[in-house]
Amino acid sequence: MSTFDAVADIIAETCNIERDKIKPESNVIDDLNIDSLDFLDVTFAIDHKFGIKLPVERWTEEIGEGKAKVEDYFVLGNLVVAIDRLVEAKKAAG
Amino acid sequence: MRLEYFEMIDRVVAYDEAGRTIRCESKIPQTSPVFEGHFPGHPLVPGVLLIETMAQASGYLALGLNQFAKMPFLAGVREAKMRTFTPPGAPIVVSATLEHEGSGYVVTRAQIETEGKRVCDGELMFRILPFPSEEFSAMMRAQAVRLGMQTSP
Repeated sequence: MSTFDAVADIIAETCNIERDKIKPESNVIDDLNIDSLDFLDVTFAIDHKFGIKLPVERWTEEIGEGKAKVEDYFVLGNLVVAIDRLVEAKKAAG
Repeated sequence: MRLEYFEMIDRVVAYDEAGRTIRCESKIPQTSPVFEGHFPGHPLVPGVLLIETMAQASGYLALGLNQFAKMPFLAGVREAKMRTFTPPGAPIVVSATLEHEGSGYVVTRAQIETEGKRVCDGELMFRILPFPSEEFSAMMRAQAVRLGMQTSP
């Protein structure tokens, strides 16, 4: 199963969203209307499934400070890339 | 323990930073306005207050682990089970273990026992946010000290 499929399944189940509506170009806030509490559950499920710690606080700070755009982290295709990088970094760290 | 003031923890008897666990004790009061309604003639601690009790123990655990730098606010409860009744006067032991520390949130697993018997358990999620004020932070530290918990490294 690809990282995208795994994340899409998590979102569909956690947020009660039809799986077919979840696409790589979906913005979790604007397109999927996931609120912060549901995204907390999604984050926990992703952390748990991939054995990582999504740095959501840092991402939010970067967006607040204008160093990043919302879509850099909260469009699913980009979120999946970030997850893959975190998984690779964890593997490299041993 | 004063149910009507949401003072659910009498004392912290063990806080293990390395093991990421906490154990607290309380005694359910013999009388409380809560029992007048829940239930007339058959007083029982409401399940929602047992969940609050687990949340407070978990909260002190989270506060200890972040050195009282940020405040845990209850955000979710999963798989909470009320396994038996808790009457007035019951001594309780509240335990919590950190399950996961995420970015801006933590998840704990907590339980309450009375005289060796499991009363309830559940998984609790907390947002970890800045204290809303210095006064709030100081109040939480003072409360933790009053309960017997060390608040500085």
